[in-house]
Amino acid sequence: MADPTAPSPTPLQSLGDSLYSGWALLHEHLPKEVAYLLVMAAACGVVLLLIVAPFAGIATYVERRLAGRIQARQGPNRVGIMSALEHILPTLSRMLRPIITKIEGVVIPGGLLQFLADGLKLIKKEDLIPAAADRALFRMAPYVVFIGGFGLFAALPFGEQLCVTNLNIGIVYLLGISSLVVVGLLMAGWGSGNKWALFGAMRSAAQIVSYEIPVGISLLTMVMIAGTLNMSGIVNLQGTAHLRLYENAPAGGPGYGMFDWFVFRYPLFTLPAFLVYYIGSLAEVNRTPFDIPEAESELVAGYHTEYSGIRFSFFFMAEYAEMLAVSCIATTVFLGGWQPVTPSYLTALADAPAWLQRIEGVLWFFGKAVFLVLIQMQLRWTLPRYRVDQLMDLCWKRLLPVAMVNLIGVSVWMAMGAS
Amino acid sequence: MLFDFANILIFIVAGLIFIFGTLLLGWFLRPSKPDPVKETPYECGEQILGSASVQFNIRFYVIALIFIVFEVEIVLLFPWAAVFRPLLKTMPWEVLGDMLVFVGILLVGLAYVWVKGDLEWVKPHRGPRKD
Repeated sequence: MADPTAPSPTPLQSLGDSLYSGWALLHEHLPKEVAYLLVMAAACGVVLLLIVAPFAGIATYVERRLAGRIQARQGPNRVGIMSALEHILPTLSRMLRPIITKIEGVVIPGGLLQFLADGLKLIKKEDLIPAAADRALFRMAPYVVFIGGFGLFAALPFGEQLCVTNLNIGIVYLLGISSLVVVGLLMAGWGSGNKWALFGAMRSAAQIVSYEIPVGISLLTMVMIAGTLNMSGIVNLQGTAHLRLYENAPAGGPGYGMFDWFVFRYPLFTLPAFLVYYIGSLAEVNRTPFDIPEAESELVAGYHTEYSGIRFSFFFMAEYAEMLAVSCIATTVFLGGWQPVTPSYLTALADAPAWLQRIEGVLWFFGKAVFLVLIQMQLRWTLPRYRVDQLMDLCWKRLLPVAMVNLIGVSVWMAMGAS
Repeated sequence: MLFDFANILIFIVAGLIFIFGTLLLGWFLRPSKPDPVKETPYECGEQILGSASVQFNIRFYVIALIFIVFEVEIVLLFPWAAVFRPLLKTMPWEVLGDMLVFVGILLVGLAYVWVKGDLEWVKPHRGPRKD
């Protein structure tokens, strides 16, 4: 069997090759790079338009419905298919009203189109920039924050050979690009010329950089176990391609489904690492119980106090994109990525064609990632907010020692197993 | 390799174009009625007191310093972690020892900072000053 950690050939590159050779216009007049450029741009568009933007919209809707459910109220339930139809085709809507009202609220939950209405409202709002603001920083900040969240999707493997780039230093890239968010938040806070924004940005920066340490160390632990920085390689190791914690143990076998995922395979070390990562990632995306930078009772809205309209919505979208991205990283590194829960030979699609299995893998991947996002949402409506000194204590005095002991424990265990 | 990083560059440019395009679309749709009162910074509807360039607490500086030390450590450990497993076969204890010395120095540093009380979030001073 081939080395499971070796980066597989980039599928996009081969797609570009076949496009180049297949399309006469290209290979007769233009260099090969143009074909690559087209394929890459298409991949970016697919990720942007099919994953990030719809996710941000639908996740806000789901979160508000969930909040309604938890707080014993309705949540958004008005702007649905019926009300949209009433505005676009009034006569048709009058005819269809009895049917649609019956379907809506029973089969389709009401208020499903709320996020579209919100988006339209935001884009039509006046764009205010305070006179005291540093206009260049104020305008640049949403770009930087959005790139910090969106750029994460470039190196995530959504399925077998389904990633925009199969970077050999995937994890380092992800940690690096996610740090851009801090820069963007500081730009927003400082550039707003507002005291709330400045305090919010400072707190946010302190919080995000602090929690980056335990998150980085728990990922480091997983890199040691996997022996590769490549995200697809890490997922491959959690499938049937067996890898033992120490070299003398037997490798290879039928595959044990979810017990091959790192989080269950070596639970003594990976379960603490997973918990540290998950708590730290909550803090990194400023979610409750770590949403002190946006604590509305003391800081109004934190770093985006002065942002209005569509410019505000980029911060919002970046937050939701990041929520999904950190869950995707947790899925990849700890929960087996696209590997199914059931052992591979029990999967119904074991004999199906490769493309069908690939789609199944993508469904598993997003199933796990969305499950983690739902837990993030549930936590938001369950836990109260930390005080700022408690927040720092948790990071530096609890999570960091746990992560450190974990790191040393794994390395000693692996060395003992090998000798 | 070059292909991968070119791809990331295009990915980031696509994100930038997305934001720019949305802002441009909004520019055609949104009203613009500037007003001096609208453009004042928000301070809960009160009159603005001073500028926003206020002095902030030293604790942020301390946190940033500790962060730099640990972040550099993590960055330096990533290459080590990636080759740890392959090197286990030949010289496990040497590889482990290198890392333990490196992390050990930092752990001593962490303990020092902890004991000195620099991890405590500096609280506002109450009561009469003693110094």
